Amino acid sequence: MQVSMSINGEPFSYDVEPRMLLVHYIREMAELHGTHWGCDTSNCGICVVLMDGVPIKSCTTLAAQAEGHEITTVEGLEKDGVLDPIQQGFHEMHALQCGFCTPGTMVTGRWLIDKHPDPTNMTDYEIREAISGGLCRCTGYVNIVKAIRWAAAYEAAAATGGN
Amino acid sequence: MATTESAPGKMASWLADATGGVTDAPIGFGRMKRKEDARFIRGKGNYLDDVRLPGMLHGAILRSPYAHARIVSIDTSKALAHPKVAAVVIAKDLETLGLAWMPTLSYDTQAVLAGDKVRFHLQEVAFVIALDAYSAQDALELIEVEYDVLPAIVNARKALDPNAPLIRDDKVGQTDNLASPTWEAGDKAATDRVFAEADTIVTRDIIDPRVHPAPMETCGMIADMNPQTGQLDIYNGNQAPHLHRTVYAQVAGLPEHNIRIMCNDIGGGFGNKVPVYPGYVCAIAGSIVAGAPVKWIEDRAENLASTGFARDYIMHSQMCAKNGKITGLRIDAIADHGAFDATAQPTKFPAGFFHIVTGSYDLEAAHCTVTAVYTNKAPGGVAYRCSFRITEAVYLVERMVEALAWEMDVDPIELRMRSFIRPEQFPYETATGWTYDSGDYHKTMKVAMEIADYEGLRREQQERLADGEIMGIGIAFFTEGVGAGPRKHMDLLGLAMNDGADIRVHPSGKAVVSISAQTQGQGHETTFAQIVAEELGISPNDITVRHGDTDKTPYGFGTYGSRSTPVSGGAVAVVSRKVRDKARLIAARMLETRPEDLAWEKGRWYVRGDVSKGAAIEDIAAYAYSGSPMPEGLEGDLDAQAVYDPPNLTYPYGAYISVVDIDPGTGHVHLRRFIAVDDCGVRINPLVVDGQIHGGLAEGVGQALMQVVSFDEQGNCMNASFMDYLLPTALECPDFELGETVTPCPHHPIGAKGVGESPCVGSPPCITNAVVDGLRVWTNGRVRHMDMPCNPARTWAAMQGNAAPPQ
Repeated sequence: MQVSMSINGEPFSYDVEPRMLLVHYIREMAELHGTHWGCDTSNCGICVVLMDGVPIKSCTTLAAQAEGHEITTVEGLEKDGVLDPIQQGFHEMHALQCGFCTPGTMVTGRWLIDKHPDPTNMTDYEIREAISGGLCRCTGYVNIVKAIRWAAAYEAAAATGGN
Repeated sequence: MATTESAPGKMASWLADATGGVTDAPIGFGRMKRKEDARFIRGKGNYLDDVRLPGMLHGAILRSPYAHARIVSIDTSKALAHPKVAAVVIAKDLETLGLAWMPTLSYDTQAVLAGDKVRFHLQEVAFVIALDAYSAQDALELIEVEYDVLPAIVNARKALDPNAPLIRDDKVGQTDNLASPTWEAGDKAATDRVFAEADTIVTRDIIDPRVHPAPMETCGMIADMNPQTGQLDIYNGNQAPHLHRTVYAQVAGLPEHNIRIMCNDIGGGFGNKVPVYPGYVCAIAGSIVAGAPVKWIEDRAENLASTGFARDYIMHSQMCAKNGKITGLRIDAIADHGAFDATAQPTKFPAGFFHIVTGSYDLEAAHCTVTAVYTNKAPGGVAYRCSFRITEAVYLVERMVEALAWEMDVDPIELRMRSFIRPEQFPYETATGWTYDSGDYHKTMKVAMEIADYEGLRREQQERLADGEIMGIGIAFFTEGVGAGPRKHMDLLGLAMNDGADIRVHPSGKAVVSISAQTQGQGHETTFAQIVAEELGISPNDITVRHGDTDKTPYGFGTYGSRSTPVSGGAVAVVSRKVRDKARLIAARMLETRPEDLAWEKGRWYVRGDVSKGAAIEDIAAYAYSGSPMPEGLEGDLDAQAVYDPPNLTYPYGAYISVVDIDPGTGHVHLRRFIAVDDCGVRINPLVVDGQIHGGLAEGVGQALMQVVSFDEQGNCMNASFMDYLLPTALECPDFELGETVTPCPHHPIGAKGVGESPCVGSPPCITNAVVDGLRVWTNGRVRHMDMPCNPARTWAAMQGNAAPPQ
């Protein structure tokens, strides 16, 4: 079947098997390898992408379910050669080690900051709850929490002209 | 990262400082953001599944639905008729290639594909090669296997029953389920004497249950055998590429120089990516059979149910005290190896470093035995984020000290303080033969007590008890032996456990250092550059660290057992010093003086007495490659090679304190605080060290409270997905509180000891001790023991005085 969707603002359309998973559509058809795969059962969050701005697990979503939707992957975070603050925050705060879960966690962090009414005043629990759909075996999450805070603070400072 | 400079750079650095962030790259040791982040934060890592080769085929493995069964027949005809299937490989096909069985790291043999019978649930039976991954999975369902089911044994004690079914009937002369002769360490007679004279003796049966490291990226391989040249290219995320190459040469009879292993980025290892797995041999055999590159990547169920498990030790333990101090320890342990003894161990130590079980204490005597058995469970026995069974040893001794303290009615920290090896006793030879190099245990324990406010916590515990709340306080003090290892003491498969390093300093003074360690997230591209920077004064940003490609790196033993910094880091420091020595000779020629008249400051040789007259390392490099005359006997470069043979293991240690709250109604354990004070010697990059500690602690949280691989009576693996094998999320992990002491390792070139595994070793007993402490107080001393995992069902059962549900 023909499945079309927008990924990071670019149109994609391929003739695929109806059973094809979205993660495989992204990796094998669109050849965007930044989205990884980890468990098959929606438990690890490695494969998280944004669909219309909301995090979903692409290993348990059929590509056909994304027909006509807007997908954002890690490759869509950097704009015009400028890193998204969430990417910069992960680097600044050493929020990644092996890097395998990082794309899914970063897009989740991006969603959290975007949807939170007051991102510079998020509680630790709010951040931890938001990323609890993902597993990380390297960082113990401490620096991921800091990185999301960093990005929120950076954006707030940028919005007020850096002061 | 050049692209970030267009962002408001000043603000970025201000924010970094304001949030306790990082500084610019130091020329040497210090806090430094990682160089490797640039590709990972853009989704541009290059993991195994990202590698695409022209004409690549896809493999999938058919696995046994039974834990123990004779294979009557295998019919692959329907699978072969599938239009997208290229080949199906079963045991008899492998026999013609001589690949049906493979050696393990413990001198046992393991079936690559089961031919005679299956010996564990989800064992490998057939390998399908198809044009795409979906078709390979479809074809698995078309293979028909007839089994004759046999009784399965999943309990190690029952496996020792003389009437138990024989699991390894493939081994000539094997008449029981013993995997190897019982191994012992320490002095039994002396230990018996110490126990006879003791005031207090505690006895516990302690189970360190089977767990799995579960890295986020599963295991896999792409094998590309070129039939024309005989060259075998392997893409594979493993922790020891050079060792794997040697094993493949032995297994497949291929010339070692025709095998190239390329480990690109690896999504975590934690010991799971040390062994050679049947799927790897299948991929190689598949590439030989199909004449094309073959990719095989396991799914999560295959990862959890068939590749390297850890622990599974049953330990009957006794500890004794006299005059208020710990004096002796004795243990009889059973090691459950599963169906094949695939444990990664140095040859002389079939139970790994388990006999470091005397821990941080000055004991009069100790003795341990380890009996290894086969069961119908998956093989493995890997060092899951630890150095060869040290996690089991530390778990045991720290649980026993806790039990002994409460038996003596002494505070558990007080008993530790009385019994610690004292600073003046180092170097200290333990009762089981280890020579600890350095330490000040009392100091580190005190730092942890201060951070935790230990006295305050004990008061709070009583106050909460009065309010009907269960609060537990746990302590662990561990000593690890890492950095295997000295060739005079140990080897693996007859090979010295050393590491090579080479440096090439280019004419511009920028350098490439090639190492045999294999990062899986540890940050070697940054920290190894910092070691060179510290030694040579070249900016870490001007040093490329090359790793993971056996054609481009020197031989060495890879990354596990916290050996990267202790061994490979030693090699990098030594090779850097060779470059420095050569630079001195060249500088003397440049400055028209004698080498002995030169002194070194970071990055520069200068004339003693005239600091202004000198030559910087980049000037020396430029001179070495110029047309100018070299000193007599020196070749025109600034390169060097080294192999580092560590004189001893290194012995990092740490003091951990944890606080838990236990729900009296549900048994749910909430880990409220965790204080970790690590002494890993000199810290190359504190940012990376802290990150390693955070990650190791989280894995300890998982083991103490959640993770376990269990089996039903038929031998079915009950935890083959993340729905059943629970890992800690951000909600189960507290904001870890870290402290440090620094006692440099006296024999390591830069005084470092290794740290990646310490937190995973120290935290399971610390948290378990906290849970047992909480229940002890709550039940007025009735609860004295629990085995991991302290999940709600098991904790609640312990509270009620019921038998615990199975692990």
